[in-house]
Amino acid sequence: MSHKVLMRGSHIIGEAAVRAGCRFYAGYPITPQNELTEYMAGAMARLEDGTFIQAESELAAVNMVIGAAMTGVRAMTSSSSPGISLKQEGISYLAAQELPAVIVNTMRGGPGLGNIAPTQGDYFQATKGGGHGDYRTIVLAPASGQELAELTRQAFDYADKYLTPVLILGDGMMGQMMEPVVLPDPIDLSDLPPKPWILDGADGRPRRLVKSLLLDTALEEEHNWKLMRKYDIIAREITRAETHLVDDARLVVIAYGTAARIAKGAVKRVRDLGLKVGLMRPVTLYPFPNRTLVELSRFVKDFLVFEMSTGQMVEDVKLALEGRSNVHFYGRPGGIIPTPDEIAKRINTLYHRQHLEEE
Amino acid sequence: MEKKVFERPKYLKKAVFHYCPGCGHSIIHRLLAEVFDELDIGGRVIGVPPAGCAVLSYNYLDIDMGEAPHGRGAAVATGIKRCLPDRIVYTYQGDGDIAAIGTAETIHAANRGENITTIFVNNGVYGMTGGQMAPTTLLGQNSTTTPGGRDAARDGAPLDLSRMLAVARGSTYIERTAVNSPKNVRKTKKAITKAFKVQMQGLGFSLVEILSPCPTNWKMSPVEAAKRVEDTMAKIFPLGVIKDETEGNS
Ligand SMILES: Cc1ncc(C[n+]2csc(CCOP(=O)(O)OP(=O)(O)O)c2C)c(N)n1
Ligand code: SF4
Repeated sequence: MSHKVLMRGSHIIGEAAVRAGCRFYAGYPITPQNELTEYMAGAMARLEDGTFIQAESELAAVNMVIGAAMTGVRAMTSSSSPGISLKQEGISYLAAQELPAVIVNTMRGGPGLGNIAPTQGDYFQATKGGGHGDYRTIVLAPASGQELAELTRQAFDYADKYLTPVLILGDGMMGQMMEPVVLPDPIDLSDLPPKPWILDGADGRPRRLVKSLLLDTALEEEHNWKLMRKYDIIAREITRAETHLVDDARLVVIAYGTAARIAKGAVKRVRDLGLKVGLMRPVTLYPFPNRTLVELSRFVKDFLVFEMSTGQMVEDVKLALEGRSNVHFYGRPGGIIPTPDEIAKRINTLYHRQHLEEE
Repeated sequence: MEKKVFERPKYLKKAVFHYCPGCGHSIIHRLLAEVFDELDIGGRVIGVPPAGCAVLSYNYLDIDMGEAPHGRGAAVATGIKRCLPDRIVYTYQGDGDIAAIGTAETIHAANRGENITTIFVNNGVYGMTGGQMAPTTLLGQNSTTTPGGRDAARDGAPLDLSRMLAVARGSTYIERTAVNSPKNVRKTKKAITKAFKVQMQGLGFSLVEILSPCPTNWKMSPVEAAKRVEDTMAKIFPLGVIKDETEGNS
């Protein structure tokens, strides 16, 4: 029977990964995500068929994951912002070679060495590619311990199903907080569908190649369109958002991850004051929940995007709305975690400035 | 009855090499195919081609292959081998690939004693990108980025990666050979065979560095280039066993 356990966010990801069949982890230490690397070291050591490697760099780690993925083993790497920059070369190759892998980014303050406090400054990098070339990465943005577990499981399934890297985008806060969680049961690895593309030696079958070099421009174009068609299917099948108190809302706050939790507190405060305010939380950042926003825009004329950055997701919100509603922004970059009161104040001012109250 | 003395190795595809005349890559590819045949491992081999002139080696070798980003061969091979310890995994890398951008990956794979084999083709230049200076370019040697010759004070001196790798505890067998003459080609084949045997016995990291002509970027005829390998290159990168910790050789 499933029961609740109290776990740290990073450990939830680690345990959920193991239960999702992850049998290969390579990583390089960076704060604030070391707890995940350390958890995987222990977890892989306990498994008969598990591999843990502390790589010499993030570059090496993601390339080890490329190798593991080529053999069909469920593989994961994790890092925090500066380390994810180094992994981008590998992520581009994973996308191009259509290899499944899970990459966790526990975001910290940047750019540069920045600091180790939680931010959401890597939104562009995560959702717009980050690495070179015409590709997209599925980006999942958990906002609770329970969701860390569920989305980690899903990340491995999506990676295998769509043959693409999947990014779990969290932050230092998400990784450190302790929350009760019901962990999904471990999968039986033998239940996974066969992978007819893996490299394991050509004995008795035609040889296989996993590559991304397409010197023929026509072939490269075809490959790019093929990837794009896949991303369209992904958008149809997995796009997800959570809405909260939007039915009568005149203003909707849009936030993801840690910011969404803070925003939820703020929404409760202003609701208590009688303001008709709701929350929309993208669970998938790529694909972005455009449809949900368009539907909301039928009766919501004002949206407040709240991010722990200088305003990155705000661009996707504007693209989705295509001018249908007003888009406002509030953000705190650099590792400052705003309080729910701070956001509530902002909502309050905006709400009244826009004359959103019933006349 | 006629005796067959020469035939196409099983794992060499029927394709015309794209390499320039006199280039060592073609010879080394053929040697690999012969070794796969003779050791009867072709069905268990997974190759990791580099970025560089040999990126297309999968057009010639009929085995499973997974491409690595430039320099990352050792890391990709590590991932493959750790997941499939009973398969034979090798990387094929040029000097630019292995001794510049991929130095870290290579040294650490060797240091961990990854049970993989590396074929390191040293032609002293970045062939594919048009003959720029490589870490292995000799002092005084002209390249497109060292017009007037490589200068130690400005460009650093040639890097002997194989000797660096020999220092790593996890490396077991490292030999430097050349493919400029029939005698050296035979020695190279012996070394490649031994390197794969080291892996098959689970003894750790093995590497064969092969001095190889690049007539195109050296701006020489194939014959002149072959001669230069031994007359000039081998003076700085001497041929022979650099490390052998297989039984009876330690
Ligand atoms: C990240 C990255 N940087 C640079 C390149 C361009 N590049 C391709 S091959 C190569 C050098 C190859 O030289 P070498 O490894 O000596 O092999 P050769 O072509 O001489 O056989 C370079 C710099 C690349 N593909 N990727
Ligand atoms: S450029 Fe040099 S290394 Fe490349 S194929 Fe030609 S001779 Fe060989």
